[in-house]
Amino acid sequence: MYSTIYSGALLGIKSYLVSVEVDISRGLPAFYMVGFLSTEVRESRERVVVALKNVGLDLPPCRVTVNLSPADRKKEGTAFDLPIAVGMLESLEMISHGAAENILFLGELGLDGEVKAVKGVLPIVREAAAKGMKECIVPKANVREGAVIPGIRVRGAGNILDIIHFLTAKQEEREKILPVNWVDTAGLFGEDVSTGGEKPDFSDVTGQDMARRAAEIAAAGFHNLLMVGPPGAGKSMIAKRIPGILPSLTLEESLEVTSIASVAGLMEEGEALVTERPFKSPHHTISQPALIGGNAMPRPGMISLAHRGVLFLDELPEFQRTVLDALRQPMEDRRVNIARASGNVTYPSDFMLVCAMNPCPCGYYPDKNKCRCTGPQVRRYMGRISGPILDRIDLCVELQSVDFFSLKERYKEESSEEIRKRVSRARQCQKDRFEGTNYRFNADIEASAIGKYCTIGEEEQQCMEQLYSSLQLSARAYHRILRVARTIADLEQTDKIKVEHLMEASFYRPSLEYWGC
Amino acid sequence: MEECKEREKIYACWLCNFPYIGNGQIHRLSELCGGPEGVYLAKPEIWGNVLSPQQTARLKEYTANWRPEKSYHEIQAKGIRIVTVKDTDYPDRLREISDAPYCLFVKGKLPDEEAPAVAVIGARECSEYGKYVANLLGRVLGKYKVTVISGMARGIDGISQMAALEAGGSSIGVLGCGVDICYPAQNKALYERLIREGGVISSYPLSTPARPQNFPPRNRIVSGLADVIIVVEARIKSGTLITVDMALEQGREVYVVPGRVTDRLSDGCNRLIRQGAGVLWNLEEFVEELWAIRNRKKGNCHVRMSNSNLCWDSGMKTEKEQYNPYCGGAEMGTAKIIKLSSELTSIYEVLDFSPQSAEEIRGKLAGKFEERQIMMLLMELCVEKMAIQISPGRFCRGKG
Repeated sequence: MYSTIYSGALLGIKSYLVSVEVDISRGLPAFYMVGFLSTEVRESRERVVVALKNVGLDLPPCRVTVNLSPADRKKEGTAFDLPIAVGMLESLEMISHGAAENILFLGELGLDGEVKAVKGVLPIVREAAAKGMKECIVPKANVREGAVIPGIRVRGAGNILDIIHFLTAKQEEREKILPVNWVDTAGLFGEDVSTGGEKPDFSDVTGQDMARRAAEIAAAGFHNLLMVGPPGAGKSMIAKRIPGILPSLTLEESLEVTSIASVAGLMEEGEALVTERPFKSPHHTISQPALIGGNAMPRPGMISLAHRGVLFLDELPEFQRTVLDALRQPMEDRRVNIARASGNVTYPSDFMLVCAMNPCPCGYYPDKNKCRCTGPQVRRYMGRISGPILDRIDLCVELQSVDFFSLKERYKEESSEEIRKRVSRARQCQKDRFEGTNYRFNADIEASAIGKYCTIGEEEQQCMEQLYSSLQLSARAYHRILRVARTIADLEQTDKIKVEHLMEASFYRPSLEYWGC
Repeated sequence: MEECKEREKIYACWLCNFPYIGNGQIHRLSELCGGPEGVYLAKPEIWGNVLSPQQTARLKEYTANWRPEKSYHEIQAKGIRIVTVKDTDYPDRLREISDAPYCLFVKGKLPDEEAPAVAVIGARECSEYGKYVANLLGRVLGKYKVTVISGMARGIDGISQMAALEAGGSSIGVLGCGVDICYPAQNKALYERLIREGGVISSYPLSTPARPQNFPPRNRIVSGLADVIIVVEARIKSGTLITVDMALEQGREVYVVPGRVTDRLSDGCNRLIRQGAGVLWNLEEFVEELWAIRNRKKGNCHVRMSNSNLCWDSGMKTEKEQYNPYCGGAEMGTAKIIKLSSELTSIYEVLDFSPQSAEEIRGKLAGKFEERQIMMLLMELCVEKMAIQISPGRFCRGKG
């Protein structure tokens, strides 16, 4: 007998439907699997056969052929266990022909018949819904992830036996065995939900007014930020609090973030959607494939996991130069294309880069009482950061070491919530301004469009000329100041960029040329 | 006579380019043989009276490969002169120190014998305050035609020398490597200017790389060439203090720029003051004193220079600040007065030579301004070059 069951496979964060064709015929007992399979898919035959035996289904000796179609695409992962098992049962006529029609199956089988969690449920269910499928059965652990997608009934199964019962039952009894799951997406994005729980808050940061302000500007315009300061000044502390002052994820953004997390297998059991902005802080020994993505088989790297959130690189000069340089193109394009022999995939990588570093090897420059580093040492340390990366950073702020007295008089600082309100308003300005263009934030404005979006008056033009000559700015630095000034003006809800905005923006300009001279 | 001197130099060039010989040994050998030419012509056994057998063997090998006349002319073609202790143009001040180098390689000029010479020395990793003082000292000394002697190093040395040249004065750089090598390489511009407008001197053979052990002997030439030495900034353990010891042995006056007790970079200076070094405080008096010392040495009568317009604060002044008690209300010729708004003035007054963060500056003004206002005003001062953004968040007083 022959049967066809639907399942899905991943390609980047996209997915495609796979039909699992199972044929069982008489002959010498054998089990063949074809369809360009990787090792873990091939191993599924052992899992399936033993799992079926252990739930009490004796398989007759027969010749089994399984084909995963389209057969020319490399299949990965363990999600095919369940569809293969269902296909075998149908071929053996243990469940009636057509009982599994129009149902998509995903799941890994344990040897005792348990259905275990798999990666990529969200993108596959989304693809199934788009292709007009009406129903799918996924592991119980992933069911809320799939249930987010409207227009498709998603059921979660804990054991293969439940599925057999479900498929053999009459249509009207089915609902009782495996109920359909629904997730209220609107509820997930309610005001109260996003603020709940113990999250790091900006009110914990004492002092460091300049850095707080820089973080606010960076969040408002999605500018990349560099923090320089001695050890223990609170660089990481501030970085961790930046996701909290970014506006909450929209449903569309959340689906993107969840898809990536789902593909990477980072979704927690029972989690429906990622509702908080990601914050990723890889250690400085990270390799290039781990940061950018890809391996022999492409998979999302840190920059994609930080999509729509913050990528925090602590101890920036310690990162390998080649690794950092690989960030250039993804930062420019906001997505990364990974080409490997096994395939060519694109992952989104729209993140805000936040970096932290010490000013010199010992960390205390320019405090000459503490720092004994020589000028060339400081310059060498600074020189480890590649220029092109520095060029993509709009704001730079120096933190001071917190002195004992200011720690003692701990008064409560402004909370993340208040800052976020201002940031959201500034974002709204940008949304209105960039309506119908490719730009979303001020940080995206290209040099050619600076004149269009960052218009300045006569007096401001004079001010910029003065700044240009006395601070010896480069053309790039000039544009950066204008972009940041635009954001500062947006934070104040003014249309016109004023002199004070330009001055403040120039205060935060990242120019490290003069260090150690 | 002229021919004879020329021949002496050819062989002095041969002897002094030999790397494995001490200055004392050169003196003794040439005394023994009656000049470098005598040394060249003498048998290696005679060299053995002064040199160790190993040195003798090396000198023999070296001599076999050295073509005295050709090499001498090659060196001359590079614009390098050789001045030996026997020459009349050998600096008098240097001649009088013990262990005076037998011969000097010179690119450019030798110090003017008539003018006073001051060695300005200090830390390589100096503070903004040190940079400011070094720059100001160099300018003042350059303007009053005092030769600035220093080691062309990073930090205090190079800054004071550059400032002296910029003020139209003269300066001599004494190197711890061959005169044909620019060390440190970052001071290339200074090296080239010194060759054109001042001089570069070394007692080391050409192409000698800068080795740590070369610097203490170099320092004795720095202090030897000067009438007075000024220490601008030095930590408690600093190479600068070696120069000070040598200067004292040579009978030179030592002046010190005092620093704050909280600055580790001024510890060495403050200790020197405690030990009795002169405090460099009133520039007017200092320059006068300098000429007096020089004239005393030359046996001239002391002519009082009219230089009643020197002060420390060469930067720009706000209206309020025009009177400075330390210099009698006068100001340097280069200073200009800019009228500042009262806000800018109050911030400018808080600025200092030690870098301060915007938060610190705000704290000193007791919350008179908001943090963002401070940022704006600081950037405005930067535009006027009255403040310098020394690092992304710290500012110090501008040089004007």
